[in-house]
Amino acid sequence: MMLTLDTVSKSFGALTVTDGVSLSVPKGEALGIIGPNGAGKSTLFNLITGNLMVSAGRIELMGRDVTRMPAMKRVRMGVGRSFQIPQPFEGLTVFENLLTAARFGGAASHDRAVHDCAEILRRTGMLARANQLAGDLSLLDRKRLELARALATGPELLLLDEIAGGLTEGECRTLVDTIREIHAAGTTIIWIEHVLHALTSVVERLAVLDFGRLIGVGAPDEIMASREVREIYLGIEV
Amino acid sequence: MTPSDTPWRASSKTRAGTFVAILAVAVILIGLVLPGFASRRLIQDLFYILTMLTLAQIWNLLAGYGGLVSVGQQAFVGIGAYALFGAVILGGMDPMLAILLGGVAGLVLAVPMAFFAFRLHGAYFAIGTWVIAEVTRLLVAQWKALGGGTGTSLPRAATSDMIGVAQVAELFDVRTAAARDILAYWIALILAVAVIAGIYGLLRSRMGLALIAVRDNPEAAKSVGVDVRWLKWAVFLIASVATGVTGALIFLQTARISPDAAFAITDWTAYVIFIVVIGGIGTIEGPILGVLVFFLLRNSLADYGSWYLLTLGLIAILAMIFAPKGLWGLISARSGLHLFPIRRRLTGPLPERGEG
Ligand SMILES: Nc1ncnc2c1ncn2[C@@H]1O[C@H](COP(=O)(O)OP(=O)(O)OP(=O)(O)O)[C@@H](O)[C@H]1O
Ligand SMILES: [Mg+2]
Repeated sequence: MMLTLDTVSKSFGALTVTDGVSLSVPKGEALGIIGPNGAGKSTLFNLITGNLMVSAGRIELMGRDVTRMPAMKRVRMGVGRSFQIPQPFEGLTVFENLLTAARFGGAASHDRAVHDCAEILRRTGMLARANQLAGDLSLLDRKRLELARALATGPELLLLDEIAGGLTEGECRTLVDTIREIHAAGTTIIWIEHVLHALTSVVERLAVLDFGRLIGVGAPDEIMASREVREIYLGIEV
Repeated sequence: MTPSDTPWRASSKTRAGTFVAILAVAVILIGLVLPGFASRRLIQDLFYILTMLTLAQIWNLLAGYGGLVSVGQQAFVGIGAYALFGAVILGGMDPMLAILLGGVAGLVLAVPMAFFAFRLHGAYFAIGTWVIAEVTRLLVAQWKALGGGTGTSLPRAATSDMIGVAQVAELFDVRTAAARDILAYWIALILAVAVIAGIYGLLRSRMGLALIAVRDNPEAAKSVGVDVRWLKWAVFLIASVATGVTGALIFLQTARISPDAAFAITDWTAYVIFIVVIGGIGTIEGPILGVLVFFLLRNSLADYGSWYLLTLGLIAILAMIFAPKGLWGLISARSGLHLFPIRRRLTGPLPERGEG
C-alpha cells in the first residue's frame, strides 16, 4: 500500500472536520476525492502531508507509521502536494520555487535539480515564466506553479487540491494530459476536484467526503450514479 | 538525458556583479592602507561605521531573511563585550584573542534564548528577545568583579601590550593609542567584509533558497522539505556568534564598559533597525546604504539631543510607509541594479515571453 488511513479524525475545538476516515490507496492508483464545500477534503490532505496532526487514528505511508512525523520528513519520503490556495515563495522566481523543492524535497544534486526543474517547467507550461518572480504571477499561473513545485519534490504520492478550477476547455485538456502522463510514469495520485469531467477522465476510484465522513468509495461511474452523491451534488453540474 | 549533456544551466552572474566584485576588492585594499594617510578621527569614524554596518547586516539576516525580528541584539553585544573584559581583567588574556571569546559568549547565550523565544511568534518573539536582553543586563550588573552596575575599564597595560600594537605603532610611526585605533579599525574592516561575504555566500547557497522560502511562506516551505526549525536555529546561532564578536570589538576600542552602555537597546538594536529599514530590508545593499545615511544624519543632528532620536524615528516611519523597501529598493526598482546578485536565472532553450 502507498497510503493507509486508519480511523483518522481531526477536530478544531468542538468542530470535528475529519471523522473516522479509513482508506487504503494502493501503489500506482489515481484516486479522486469529491464532496461539498467544507466537507473536510483539504483538511484530509493536510493530515496526510503532516501540515496538520491527527486528533486520533493512524497514518501509514509505504508500510511505515508516519502519524507523528513532521511534514518536512514526509515530503522526503515522497509525498508531494499542491495547495488549494496557491502558496508560492513570492520573493523567489518560478524556477527558484522549483529548485527549492527539488533540492530539499527531492534531495537532488544541484545540476540534476536544474535539469529536472527545467523539464517540469516545460511539461507544466511554465517555462516562459521561469525567471519571473512568483509574486508577480496571475492566479492561474500561481496554480500551475503549485503543480510544478509539487512535482519538483519528486513525489511518489502526489496530492492535488483543486487545480483545474478556472481553466478554459483547452487548458483543462492539457492539464488532464499532464496528470495522465505523471500517473502513467507510476506516481500514485490523489486529486480533489470540483471539475468532475476532468477528474473522472483520470482517476480509477472516487471517494466521497461529507461532513468529514467518508460516505462512499468505488468506481467513478458507480459513485456518480449513487443516490447519496446525487443528493449532495444536486445543483452541481455532473 | 543525464545532467551532463543537459542544455539547462542556472547562473547568478550579472555584469554589475562582476564589476562590483572588482570594486569591492579595490575598496578593501584602500581600506587596509588608509591608516597611512587618514586622520585618527577619520579612522575612529570608520570604525563606528564598519561595526554598525556589521550589526546591521546581521540583523538583516535575522529579520530580512530569517523572519526573526529580534529587538534583543544588545544582549549579544553586551555579553560579547563582557566576555572580553572578563577574560582580559580576570583571566589576563590578550584582548585580541579575547575578541573571539565574545563569539563563544554569544553562542552560549543564544542557546537558552532561542529555546525560550522560538516558542513565541511574531510580536511576542520580539518582546521575548527584549525581555531576555534586559534579564541578561540585570544579571551582568551583579558581576562585582567587573564593576557591577557602574562598570569598569580595561587596564592600560593590557591594551598597550596587545598583540600587534607595537608593530602598528612602528609601521605608521604613531603613538600607542592611535595604533590601537588602527588595529581595531582593521579588525572591524575584516569583520565587516567577512560578515558580508559570509551572508552573500549563504544566500547563494542551497540554504539561501530555504531562507527566502521560510520568510515568504513557512507552511509551504515545510511542504517542499525544508527543515524550518533547524534553519531558524542555524541563522540565530550564526547571528549570535557574529554579534558577540562585534560587541567584544566595539568595547575593546572604547576600553570602558558598563551594563547600560553594553546592553543599550538604542545603540545596538534601534539604530541598527533604523539602518536596515532606511537602506532596505532583505537586501545586502540596503544596510550598506543605510549606514552611510545614518552616519550623516547622526553627525548633522548630534547637537539636538532628543530631537535627534525623534527625527530618526520620524524618518524611519516615513520610510516604512512610502518606501517599504528602503532607499536601495527605490534605486534598484528604477535601475534594475543588483550589486550582490543572488537570483538563479535559468538559461537554456527558453521559449519567447508569453508563448508558454
Ligand atoms: N485551522 C482551522 N481551524 C478551524 N476550522 C478549520 C480549520 N481548517 C479548516 N476548518 C474548517 O474545517 C471545515 C473543512 O474545511 P476544508 O478546507 O477541509 O474543506 P474542503 O472540503 O476542502 O472545502 P472546499 O471545497 O471549500 O475547499 C470547514 O468548515 C472549515 O471552516
Ligand atoms: Mg478545500
